[in-house]
Amino acid sequence: MAMRTAVRRAATRPGSLPASLASLAEKLLTPHGVDRYLELVDPMLVRREIRGEVVALRRPTRDSVTLTVRPSRAWRGFAAGQFVRVTVDIDGVRRTRCYSPAGSAHRDGELEFTVKAHEGGLVSRQLHEHGHVGMVLGLSPADGTFALPEPRPDSIVLIAGGSGITPVLSMLRTLVDERYPGEVSLLYYARTPADVPYAEELDALAARRGVRIHVRHTASDGRFTAEHLRRVAPWFARATTFLCGPPPLMEAVRALYADAGISERLHTEEFVPPVLTVGAAETGGRIRFARSGVDVVSDGRPLLEQAEDAGLSPEHGCRMGICFSCTQRKVSGVVRTASGEESAEDDEEIQLCVTAAVGDVEIDC
Amino acid sequence: MTGLQDRLTPEQVEEFGREMDELRRRVVADLGADDVEYIQNVIKTQRGLEVTGRALMYAGFFPPAWLAGVGALSLAKILDNMEIGHNVMHGQYDWTRDPALSSQRFEWDNVAPAENWRHSHNYIHHTYTNIVDKDRDVGYGILRIDPAQQWHPYYLGNPVYATLLAIFFQWGVMLHDLEVDRVVKGERKWSEFGEERRRIGRKMGRQIGKDYVLFPLLTGPLAPLTFAGNAAANLARNLWAFGIIFCGHFPADVESFSEEETEQETRGQWYLRQILGSANITGGPLFHILSGNLSHQIEHHLFPDIPARRYPQIAGEVRAICEKYGLPYHTGPLHKQLWSVAKKIVKFALPGSGDREPEPVTVERDRTPAAA
Repeated sequence: MAMRTAVRRAATRPGSLPASLASLAEKLLTPHGVDRYLELVDPMLVRREIRGEVVALRRPTRDSVTLTVRPSRAWRGFAAGQFVRVTVDIDGVRRTRCYSPAGSAHRDGELEFTVKAHEGGLVSRQLHEHGHVGMVLGLSPADGTFALPEPRPDSIVLIAGGSGITPVLSMLRTLVDERYPGEVSLLYYARTPADVPYAEELDALAARRGVRIHVRHTASDGRFTAEHLRRVAPWFARATTFLCGPPPLMEAVRALYADAGISERLHTEEFVPPVLTVGAAETGGRIRFARSGVDVVSDGRPLLEQAEDAGLSPEHGCRMGICFSCTQRKVSGVVRTASGEESAEDDEEIQLCVTAAVGDVEIDC
Repeated sequence: MTGLQDRLTPEQVEEFGREMDELRRRVVADLGADDVEYIQNVIKTQRGLEVTGRALMYAGFFPPAWLAGVGALSLAKILDNMEIGHNVMHGQYDWTRDPALSSQRFEWDNVAPAENWRHSHNYIHHTYTNIVDKDRDVGYGILRIDPAQQWHPYYLGNPVYATLLAIFFQWGVMLHDLEVDRVVKGERKWSEFGEERRRIGRKMGRQIGKDYVLFPLLTGPLAPLTFAGNAAANLARNLWAFGIIFCGHFPADVESFSEEETEQETRGQWYLRQILGSANITGGPLFHILSGNLSHQIEHHLFPDIPARRYPQIAGEVRAICEKYGLPYHTGPLHKQLWSVAKKIVKFALPGSGDREPEPVTVERDRTPAAA
């Protein structure tokens, strides 16, 4: 990957002929810039923005879709486990969600996204129902700290549930591509055999030396237990663990690692928005969006949702506290985050998507 | 127009305001892919005309090609500034969350930097529409266009200033955002505008760079012709924008207001002021698009952040509501409105021209604070 990136950068080295031409083109096409003209010829020609064209598509399970996406030239690769903000147009409105590429980080010429359609999920359903070859998606640079560290740990445990498979599968495929010399075990939970999106691939990976994979079906095997983990990775206590899945799985694994005193060896990534709990007695505060001049009465939901219901459209991305796109300044008031922390500090930056008002709050938004 | 006080009670004003709110709610709920497709098509057309215009300059030695190039480039600049720039920067497409259609990020093909313009236009002009001394668009700070503006020998030059403003309109807008008139009068200090001046410096460099240096140079021996063609396109856009904008608020029967009568305005009263202070221009669909739908100035002032293509669709309803409440709905063809504005510019160059007429606008309301 490093070599390929180096070659790509050389193509636009400052002072080179292509770079001078690009700079002249920008000067000629001010104020809109070259991309705004190129995209009218072909949306994938853009130079600065990152976009991705769907080049293959399959539906591995009843409610999921796997998209193979070829990114435009501004794409700079990703580290296994990171996420990308994916934007689609739905009835004229750009909607953005975070998805983790499931492929190996060493094969970043094509990205693979597996998306599970959630009931009421705008973007996931749009991709599942209307995704097609040739569709162009907006992409962000890869982001997030949930990623394989350098140098690689000696042994690695991957635990995932449902669509949490994608970042850890990326890690596993990356390690296999690298001929990782250590031990790596994957413990994966899906409801039934029909809900496992990468069944064949997991079988094939399990045949690799040093790789152990256990797929558990919660409908028949039950949920996560310490026994499941010991069966696939008896050495888990000295390994580095990466965990991504629905909240009950996350909690159970966290509790086990806390009891064993090895919480620092556990790295986690949420993929379901955490539930905000604001007591009924604390709703009813006045939320003032100062710049827009809009006031609403708090119903306890995240500030982002209440702002949107009031007709505002603050910038945002993942809607679950990961990407910090929705960060705005809180002028005054007390807010509570999804993790239950309260803060009364004035002029602090807060993430609208995972913060609810406790009493009266003023946001500079 | 007169006798509003007798006809509209405060309750009626609020009822009228509610009808406007309801109309707005219906349009906003209906926004969607069609609105985006429309503006994307306008953008495609604009970019196409621009590229065509630039390309035709390479055949500038052939007069019909030069003329066609100027025409295409003029149309491109007009579309860019009016139907695209003005409307996008009003936030009409912010709901799409498309960065290319974001009011905060869009920059137009005009020397006035978007950010300065958004402040003076979206905030000052649209909030204080036609309030003399507050809305700086009343006479653009250099013309006397309203009897409430006190006469001064300086205003003898009114027609000359107006002509110069029309010719150099984009520069006028740029200086207007800087409040140069108030700096000259000593009301504000030059140093207060450091940030605005830096933005202007950068923007001027880019705009002059492409229209008057780079594109002419790229046509080699035809450079002088390209230079002249680009200047002609900027001039055409200036004249057109000046005409449309001056017809929006200054025809003879449009009203202006004083600060006192608009203190503590309710939403209904604000809507009322927008209707009384604006005038439409009649014309066909192409004319409306080229005017940025400012030919529907009334609808635009009522709902400045609704996509402009919706104005013609709701105009009938707005007019019907006005008729229901006995409110005037100023409209007329371009030549008539322009003539009316021209007469006003000449008339107010001279002293007198009548004192401010007794307020025909405000309805029955507590005037005690205003009397102070």
